[in-house]
Amino acid sequence: MLAIRCHELVKRYEAKPPVEAVRGLELSVEVGECFGLLGPNGAGKTTTIEIIEGLLEATSGEVEVMGYHWGRQDDDIRQRLGISLQETRLSEKLSVLETLTLFRSFYRRGIEPSEAVARVGLEEKQAAWVKSLSGGQKQRLAVACALVGDPELLCLDEPTTGLDPQSRRQIWEIIRGFRQTGRTVLLTTHYMDEAERLCDRVAIVDAGRVIALGTPAELIASLGGDHVIEFTWASNGSAQQIDAAQFEKLPGVSESRIDEERVTLSVSEPHVALPAVLKKLASLDLELTGLSTRHASLEDVFVKLAGRHLNEDDISQSVTA
Amino acid sequence: MSQTSTSPSGRYWPLGQLVLARLREFLREPEAVFWVYGFPILMTVGLGIAFKNRPIDEISVVIVEGPSAKATQDALASSTTSERFDVEVAAPDEARRRLRTGRTDVVVDSSANGSNPSQTNEANGTTRYVYQFDPTRADSVLARKAVDDQLQRAAGRKDPAETELVEINEPGGRYIDFLVPGLLGMSLMGGGLWGVGFVTVDMRVRKLLKRFLATPMKKTDFLMGIMISRMLFMVPEVLALLVFARYAFGVVNHGTTLAVTFLILLGAVTFSGIGLLAASRAKTIEAVSGIMNLVMVPMWIFSGIFFSSERFPGAVQPFIKALPLTPLISSLRAVMLEGMSLAELLTPIAIMTAWSVISFALALRWFRWR
Repeated sequence: MLAIRCHELVKRYEAKPPVEAVRGLELSVEVGECFGLLGPNGAGKTTTIEIIEGLLEATSGEVEVMGYHWGRQDDDIRQRLGISLQETRLSEKLSVLETLTLFRSFYRRGIEPSEAVARVGLEEKQAAWVKSLSGGQKQRLAVACALVGDPELLCLDEPTTGLDPQSRRQIWEIIRGFRQTGRTVLLTTHYMDEAERLCDRVAIVDAGRVIALGTPAELIASLGGDHVIEFTWASNGSAQQIDAAQFEKLPGVSESRIDEERVTLSVSEPHVALPAVLKKLASLDLELTGLSTRHASLEDVFVKLAGRHLNEDDISQSVTA
Repeated sequence: MSQTSTSPSGRYWPLGQLVLARLREFLREPEAVFWVYGFPILMTVGLGIAFKNRPIDEISVVIVEGPSAKATQDALASSTTSERFDVEVAAPDEARRRLRTGRTDVVVDSSANGSNPSQTNEANGTTRYVYQFDPTRADSVLARKAVDDQLQRAAGRKDPAETELVEINEPGGRYIDFLVPGLLGMSLMGGGLWGVGFVTVDMRVRKLLKRFLATPMKKTDFLMGIMISRMLFMVPEVLALLVFARYAFGVVNHGTTLAVTFLILLGAVTFSGIGLLAASRAKTIEAVSGIMNLVMVPMWIFSGIFFSSERFPGAVQPFIKALPLTPLISSLRAVMLEGMSLAELLTPIAIMTAWSVISFALALRWFRWR
């Protein structure tokens, strides 16, 4: 049974020229799974999740949420749906418990506000004003607001963006706890580690389309090897003309890629590939400035498919900063 | 783990919770409480001081320097009527400047006479005064008249008829009695528009409206919640103004309490509906402030807060009467000053009702949740 189904979903914003945020997106989310939409900023993740949440109207295409349709059965969906937006500033002068009681009152059925407090671990803060909460605590409260209606489907838009590592892990634990009750979670993220650790299945989204779909392990396996060898070299010699493709013939190497002055090789057995790669490098008379091996990640999948990095904006920002 | 509870009413009554949340937020904001309740009282105090114990206007007179200035001054000081003159002597240039800038009402130039005003002018045998005044200023015209009367009497004029003056200053007919219903209307308008408009747009800016939209919350519950909380905030605000006016200035209601209460409630509903409409699309606080000023300025000018709206020309009267504040203030005055009953005020009541129904309906339809 499907919790969410999107078929040929299109969202076009009227502007000059019109902006197509979502361009024929296909999506099927099973009941009981934790599904991640992974993609860079501006890929159309938020637009997609907000169409599913009924906050935006699709330009065309079909959306089915828990078997219901927006426009005809809005209340049926909303009674069963819990969401958190990318950014909501809850009323600062209400306490945690008061905020949850307000949200609870909108639903026909739900859990006790104090139970929602317990699920996100804010017991000590339940009488405190929202104003006094830290960023991570505010985000946990936002998730509690989504949980208080006892939803069947939880939609979280970038639930951990901007949080410190400890707060991120706390949010992950809350999501895992919810998923263990057999309910469905849909979340968006631009953190590959979050998608890998938390999601049963991931759809990689770029430019308004799903460009890859599968479990994190399947997606990484599609690279041809679950390890990566990377090296850089001193660019003062004849190094510029290096042809990355010549490494693909080496034992254990399935794919190669060069970007800027770094060669990245997908490798299934690093202990076989590494000596061959080193030998080859020696024969080319290259002066190595860096060599590393690591596990392949969803980031590598994205780079392979989209030809650029997932958080390119973040990278360029940190360089200029 | 999931102990679900089902309770459609009682503890989880959405409208009640929405109102409660608004009340809590408001009362936990000390500045807001001060501005909403302190400001109308400060305003009444200020205006009260300006209008309450104001003595009969002193007439400000400047006498142009000269040999007979002292004699003219004495002549004015000998006044036996209720008019009092605040007399100063100044050089001709200074005198003109004071008149031009409104600091004096009239300038008397007696320089054509000698040092003794009873000494006759050589040319025509009488004392001669030159008055300089501004014919477009009521104060100036009256001052000239009063100064002239006094100087003529001092010069020996005898009035042929005997007159007696009776001064009347009863509650109900004073300016403060006229002013309080106007201030009441103004405060209902300002409170309704700011109170509803700001809160709504602030929630939109914070994406809280969008968050609410994703819940099964009924939109009418939300809009009603905002209006009802506004009604509740209004009660102490209005009471403060009325009680203060009653005990500080003796402003009383000549009509029934029921009629005044009804009009206040209707006014509050009307202006919170208009506030909701003003805030229905605005995406920023700046935008809604602009819209609200645009809505309020015509009413500040035309709706008769400080003076009767009937002073405006007949051609604009239909427009003025259609503004929502005009019927509110005029009917409040009709009840409080003349003791009229609601049955005599059906037209203004109908105009206000139309405004509130139409603005609430349009707000509900146009309301932007994102």
